[in-house]
Amino acid sequence: MKGSEAASRAPLELHAASEQKSAGKTSVVPADFLFRSLTAFFAFVVAATLVAIMGSLVLEGWPALRTFGWKFLITSTWDPVSNDFGALVFIVGTLVSSLIAMLIAVPVSFGIALFISELSPSWLRGPVSAVIELLAAIPSIIYGMWGLLVFAPWFAQIEPWMNDHLGALPGIGVLFQGPPMGIGMLTAGIVLAIMVIPFIASIMRDVFMITPATLKESAYALGSTTWEVARYVILPYTRTAVTGGIFLGLGRALGETMAVTFIIGNANNLSASLLMPGSSIASVIANEFTEATTHLYKSSLLALGLILFVITFIVLVFAKLMLLRLDNSLEGKKA
Amino acid sequence: MILNRQLFAKAAAVLAVTGAVGLAATANAAVSLTGAGSTWVYPLVAKWSAQYVKDTGIQINYKSIGSGGGIAQIKAGTVAFGASDMPLTPEELAKAGLIQFPTAIAGEDLVYNLPGIKPGELILSGPLVADVYLGKVKKWNDPAIAKLNPGVKLPSMAITVVHRSDGSGTTFTFADYLSKVSPEWKSKVGANTSLNWPVGVGGKGNEGVAAFVQRIPGSIGYVEYAYILENKLAYARMINRDGKVVSPSLKGFQNAAAHVDFTKAKDFYVILTGQPGPGTWPISGCTWQILRKAAPKATNEQVTKFFDWGFEKGQSMAESIAFGPLPPSTVKAIKAYWKTNLGI
Repeated sequence: MKGSEAASRAPLELHAASEQKSAGKTSVVPADFLFRSLTAFFAFVVAATLVAIMGSLVLEGWPALRTFGWKFLITSTWDPVSNDFGALVFIVGTLVSSLIAMLIAVPVSFGIALFISELSPSWLRGPVSAVIELLAAIPSIIYGMWGLLVFAPWFAQIEPWMNDHLGALPGIGVLFQGPPMGIGMLTAGIVLAIMVIPFIASIMRDVFMITPATLKESAYALGSTTWEVARYVILPYTRTAVTGGIFLGLGRALGETMAVTFIIGNANNLSASLLMPGSSIASVIANEFTEATTHLYKSSLLALGLILFVITFIVLVFAKLMLLRLDNSLEGKKA
Repeated sequence: MILNRQLFAKAAAVLAVTGAVGLAATANAAVSLTGAGSTWVYPLVAKWSAQYVKDTGIQINYKSIGSGGGIAQIKAGTVAFGASDMPLTPEELAKAGLIQFPTAIAGEDLVYNLPGIKPGELILSGPLVADVYLGKVKKWNDPAIAKLNPGVKLPSMAITVVHRSDGSGTTFTFADYLSKVSPEWKSKVGANTSLNWPVGVGGKGNEGVAAFVQRIPGSIGYVEYAYILENKLAYARMINRDGKVVSPSLKGFQNAAAHVDFTKAKDFYVILTGQPGPGTWPISGCTWQILRKAAPKATNEQVTKFFDWGFEKGQSMAESIAFGPLPPSTVKAIKAYWKTNLGI
């Protein structure tokens, strides 16, 4: 408390000192107080907005949750004609497409970050980093259009090969059997991966770069390979931030709307195959909200929004808990 | 503690101000001439209002937010008129104190991606389309398709069904037609702006459906006629209720309107799909404008003046973007309807 007060007062004192040393401290106190109230107010507004959004989602989604009860979460019917709604297809679609995205994005981002921070010649670092950051600046609708018009037709030519080779594998083969349309769950996952890679990669790169050189050099001096340095020095040192980056990417993948709507296929059916079309929570809301005429229909869409909110919340809490456990184990080792 | 209390007071003040602004905005919208709703009718209203402002100086602001949004906004009284592709039943209208009338006639058709088959070459029937969209007819060389298309070389390709993913009046019109011609469709799926589709992939908007159809060999989808014309898509001919093979055309849509007696239906509650007549296009549709009886008389008067102007002077404009003007008898009935319900 004392430290933060001193810190917030420091610029004012400097200012006062530069003008007149005789300017009394009494004039500083109201400005200080005002500034603190103002910042506290900003913080409060954000928290209040969060609570208000949550509250309105619960309020508006309540009729649907009351009508369908817990079954809303585990029913796969979504029938606007007979006003019968269940969220399962969309929950599964959201989780599966995000899972595919993370399975691809995490290793690729790790490779990118490692290349930039450790392996790349220094003249190449700047351009490669800039390009990756530019990827993050592309609006999601552009990814959607690119996915639909360029990637999907190309991917449709790969899918017959997947049918023949991956589809024949025992166990996971069923995931890769289906009509070669180029759109569907797998396409959505891949495009999502491309969208979240810049987020995860730039965080990983930043933290890899700040790993103390002394640690790395010591490991190299002991005869470690680059991989061993990455695995046993850089990763343990940066895991908190790396986990944070991964979950930031996951958060973006879960809520991504426009790009997914373009390429996931928008079919309200559950299917074992990743080549079949599906739907995510965000895409179904984007698709159907404008024409949701009945009260229960609209309420069901808002209840879906609430579920997405809760899923994202759980992801964040999970990330925090994991980081806490990592920190604890780190301290335990030290002691 | 004191700080906290002050914060609460400030937050309350902010909330109060936001609330007041919200109310003011609502009040503002009610006096100016704004409309909202159907995306289908948007090109027509936009075209009409561009000319209308030149002729009269009155600006019409139309927001194409979807029929559902249009109905909600007119019920709330935030707009002067709402537009919907799905008519409200007379009971619903009475309950909410609303009235409705048709604007213009349009149509839609099936488009396909079949190598070697030219636009207009394929002939389909309503019950067959229902079976395709139910997932019962799975291949292009199915005997049911071959029977309607003697002499056409149908490939042994799987049919990929494409539908709209977003809620849409186009979907309602399409599903309403299938409900009329297929009892199985009626009981299993029904008609609405969004459906529980048994099979297929969903594209967003006409352009989304068209993009899928153009890129997936063996696919079939439904889009608005105006969109087919603009993009020169491979369209199907349909067998209508009289058993005649017809191509989509404005004349065909108007024939559908001529066969329903708008003048007799209460609140114009008629749907144009599956109408009889040798030259009638089976998947014809219409957009309704919805007004609030309790709205200020001046507002309603301005809205009806605008549409009256459109019915009289906007016919060629409508035809240029593939909307069929209403028959004169219908326009006359609408004017009588305004008189009885709004006193205008």
